[in-house]
Amino acid sequence: MTETEATRRGFLTMAGGMAAVSITPFALTSAQATPDSLAAAIRAVVGGAVVHAGRVKLDVPPLVENGNTVPVTVSVSSPMTDTDFVRSIHLFNEKNPQPNVGNFFIGPRAGRAEVGTRIRLADTQKIVAIARLSDGSFWSVSADVVVTLAACTEEAS
Amino acid sequence: MPSALINVPPKAKRGDIIEIKTLMSHIMETGFRHTVTGEAIPRNIITSFSCRYNGVEIFRAELFPAIAANPFLSFFTVAGDSGTLEFNWTGDRGFSETASAPIIVE
Amino acid sequence: MRGTVIIAAMLLMQAGALCFAGEIPPTERRSGAAFMTPQTQAIQNDDTANPAMLSVLDGEKLWKEKSGAANLACADCHSDPGSMRGVAAHYPAFDTKLGRPVNLEQRINLCRSERQRATPLAYESPELLALTALVARQSRGMPIDAGADPRLAPFVAAGRELFMRRQGQLNLGCSNCHDDNWDKHLAGSAITQAHPTGYPLYRLEWQSIGSLQRRLRNCMAGVRAQAFDYGAPELVELELYLMSRGRGMAMDAPAVRP
Repeated sequence: MTETEATRRGFLTMAGGMAAVSITPFALTSAQATPDSLAAAIRAVVGGAVVHAGRVKLDVPPLVENGNTVPVTVSVSSPMTDTDFVRSIHLFNEKNPQPNVGNFFIGPRAGRAEVGTRIRLADTQKIVAIARLSDGSFWSVSADVVVTLAACTEEAS
Repeated sequence: MPSALINVPPKAKRGDIIEIKTLMSHIMETGFRHTVTGEAIPRNIITSFSCRYNGVEIFRAELFPAIAANPFLSFFTVAGDSGTLEFNWTGDRGFSETASAPIIVE
Repeated sequence: MRGTVIIAAMLLMQAGALCFAGEIPPTERRSGAAFMTPQTQAIQNDDTANPAMLSVLDGEKLWKEKSGAANLACADCHSDPGSMRGVAAHYPAFDTKLGRPVNLEQRINLCRSERQRATPLAYESPELLALTALVARQSRGMPIDAGADPRLAPFVAAGRELFMRRQGQLNLGCSNCHDDNWDKHLAGSAITQAHPTGYPLYRLEWQSIGSLQRRLRNCMAGVRAQAFDYGAPELVELELYLMSRGRGMAMDAPAVRP
């Protein structure tokens, strides 16, 4: 299988959901996040600020069985006091049609700076989590996720 | 009317950090798919979620098409007073749902 | 994970040809859940995080809803859904009137047409899946005991024959994967043992809940065979055989699978 085919299959797998809908292969080429669009999406959140590496932990399986539903937990090392806390957590991806995944706004009343959700990954790719702290600083981590191809998907018919 | 699953500990001690989990039934149609005849399937997602604890917002999320169908969100809060947690989901096509859960703080 | 990764159907066919097609010894039987990553297992094991439970919630509402010319709700005859404890574990079951097995979906629709005098619910409709999920949920943890009724014997045998029969352009029988190669992988997916302990279930691939028949039709499409229609006697017999070979295993419906 060539890389292009693998990519397309990956997207088909991701896009599967409604039995009545078949997916045309050009869907991926018409829209895909690029390193540039990922950078732009990050810039829209952080502005011109420096993004430091560290303090953020991204808990995501390195190899997922199905890109349609990938459990992700982001936690940030912070005392979460009234004066030192996490304001928001932002999640991005590299290769879905759109770079944004979710923006999560918390605060000192959270007690713990941790958010969990389930995301879609169209392909094997990098995901990025960025935290904005109460002092205005930004912290980040990224993780690589391998999305395997499901066998016997409905789209194979 | 769509179903939602809410998990809030029914009882907590003041100052405890409690986990809240929510699951809302929704297709989260990405807007990036096409039918066999090539027509784009319009986006239909939940775009926003919030949780208020006795009227005060303690968590808010902006969601994009990369959030999986039937959006699941888990987050934390510090148990303050007894009362109510209110949840609100809004999205495309006028989607708007609310749910609430009581909490007793001792 | 033991075994090697098989990435091509061609390889699998060769492997199938070399192996003797035999059923899995009872001590080696494992639910599909045992093949999943801990992350996917965690989604299934927490009722407030398992998206299949959304269907159960819908089922609870429908259970109490009056329907049809008889203006009856499920609850009017069966009271609490808890009265359905153990029912799903022995379906498909023999229907005396029809003289053949019916699956749980068909049983619900027979109730609708005969008792409620309502129109049957379409296969894979959210309503039918919701009621099926609600009933199946009541059997969680209970051992499967389908196929024990002696009147079912010829239908179990027919289902077994279909399970063993090679079909489709890939010329594969169910058994070639699920008996002979269950410790291996097909592309990224674990080949499981085809024990339908958790249906209806939420498949991450589908991003929705679906029935065993939907899964069986996927498999048939996978080997490039013409899938039987929903509700076809052949599919019910196959369901019956699969449930009977899983006899004694614990139900985990409504499950989550990749």
